[in-house]
Amino acid sequence: MEGRLLPLFVAVPLAGAFLVPLLAKLWTRFSDLIANVVLALLLGITVHHWLMLSSTGMPMHYWVGGWRLIGIAMWFDALTALILLITNIVGFCAALYSVRYLDRYSSGRWKFYTLLLLLCAGLNGLAISGDLFNMFVFIEISAIASYALVAFGTEEEEVEAAFKYMVLGEVGGAVLLFGIALLYARASTLNLAHLSQVLIGMGRTPFYWFVIATLLIGFAIKMGMEPFHAWLADAHFSAPAPISAMLSGVFIKVTGVYAMCRIMFCVFGVARAETPAFFNLLIAFGAVSMVLGGLLAYSQSDYKRLLAYSSISQIGYILVALGIGNFWGIAGAMFHILAHALSKGTLFLTSGSVERATGTRNLDKLKSLERTMPLTSWSHILASFSMAGVPPFAGFFSKLLIIIGAISARMYWLAFLAALFSAVTFGYLTKVVKQAFFARKDVEPTKAKESPALMGVAMLVLVVLIILAGLGFKGILDYLVGPAAKVLLNGLEYARLVLGGY
Amino acid sequence: MIPYIACVLLFLIGLYVVISKRNLIKIVIGFSLIEYAVNLFFALVGFKKGALAPIITSGEQVRMGVARNFVDPIPQALVLTAIVIGLSTTALMLSLALRLYEKYKTFDISEIRRLKG
Repeated sequence: MEGRLLPLFVAVPLAGAFLVPLLAKLWTRFSDLIANVVLALLLGITVHHWLMLSSTGMPMHYWVGGWRLIGIAMWFDALTALILLITNIVGFCAALYSVRYLDRYSSGRWKFYTLLLLLCAGLNGLAISGDLFNMFVFIEISAIASYALVAFGTEEEEVEAAFKYMVLGEVGGAVLLFGIALLYARASTLNLAHLSQVLIGMGRTPFYWFVIATLLIGFAIKMGMEPFHAWLADAHFSAPAPISAMLSGVFIKVTGVYAMCRIMFCVFGVARAETPAFFNLLIAFGAVSMVLGGLLAYSQSDYKRLLAYSSISQIGYILVALGIGNFWGIAGAMFHILAHALSKGTLFLTSGSVERATGTRNLDKLKSLERTMPLTSWSHILASFSMAGVPPFAGFFSKLLIIIGAISARMYWLAFLAALFSAVTFGYLTKVVKQAFFARKDVEPTKAKESPALMGVAMLVLVVLIILAGLGFKGILDYLVGPAAKVLLNGLEYARLVLGGY
Repeated sequence: MIPYIACVLLFLIGLYVVISKRNLIKIVIGFSLIEYAVNLFFALVGFKKGALAPIITSGEQVRMGVARNFVDPIPQALVLTAIVIGLSTTALMLSLALRLYEKYKTFDISEIRRLKG
């Protein structure tokens, strides 16, 4: 089916990004307005496409300029739908939250919104692209926007974190480009579907594994997998709170996990039965990330740094679930991408509210905030429950699926590890809840005022979605997560669908 | 084969500079070396010895089969894009380095250590 509206996913946020600086000269508040309207529109377009996809069951394609295989391809299937939904939901909430949050920065707010829209344009473009080099360009667009956003406060720590993040991220980008060049040298095509067919013809040669390894290093850096995690904690720690939410909730998953899955499963055609080495590698690195990230999170006394290390641990969960490689495992990974984006998004937003109200993020200095900031506190508590896997929130079902996957693949130790680190997650998040929000009765609460209404609404939207995703998990599994997992499981089907009938 | 080996060497030299040097500007230079190595590699992929520039001037050429003797134009187009991306990243990296210099009064990365953990 032809999707005539697919280019809008790139065009709308890009147009917004260029309109913001122009119209902000007339009235500074235009920048807030445009960014929010544009991201709400983008969310609307995403939901429209998703509904169309679930009603017809037919993926949509668009050939830019009608050039077919030599041009740029756009492709919208169930996996794209899932990724676009989380990107645009968290993106919209971050923009809504920023309206009041940005009051504390002296730099112009239009700069922030321009960069935020560029970030969203890159992520949306990456998700719908069906062309290898195009994917690289969109990864770089969103990455460059994110470096600038991490440094947005322009204080010592922020610039330092941005520089470290940028050096590592760009080396990762160069490695990715090297991998793409290698692939082009052999296959003489960049269209993912065509590439997949050419690669099947070549068989699993040492060259095949070398390219996989090269690309994997690039994506590992982008997603903050364990040996390359150093940038992640600093960058998430220093960025403005809505950007931390975007980075942790969306950025590392889209440019890291999604792009890796799309290329490995749909182009290289990896499958548990045929290439177990690849999946065992994912499990090994995933398990190390899960364990180390979780333990490091325990020892932090800074609110945001704790959340950042927790993100490394949760990325580990997603990798382990992908590595299990059967339907339940991959569906669990997809569900966890959704659940973690919503709950970690909420947690970073609440951390921003707490910092805005009290001026500190040090957990030792925060006391009894539940009495003064009830909305923020309860958003944090509910999102923590979801992260830790307490029923009936979204995070419970994602971890349940992962454990079911591990057991049905007879990897009992992995199921045990996943359950154990679910408890560890619960432990370090309870530490925050206990210290910052509830304390002994005799302690005077830290002086604070509840955050403004718009910030509250942004957190509330995410919390409501977490609860809805948990209560309606059957629907999510049938219409969003399940089909996305099937796209990855039948990876080689992708080429047949894209090229079918041409 | 030698040009390809030179590319890999250039890449490794760049990586060495990024990892081992302490001066921010030198790190940026090392990163640029990595960029050049990858771009050069990509351009080499499309190269054919003794081939023509990929410009079709008349239908005659296509019929006579000259078109087969062209250099592959796609890597050239891609490398151009990659160079533009490299330009913007280098610019941003240098501006961050300058901001760091303003804040810390040094380019030495071992003295820029406000972040711990």
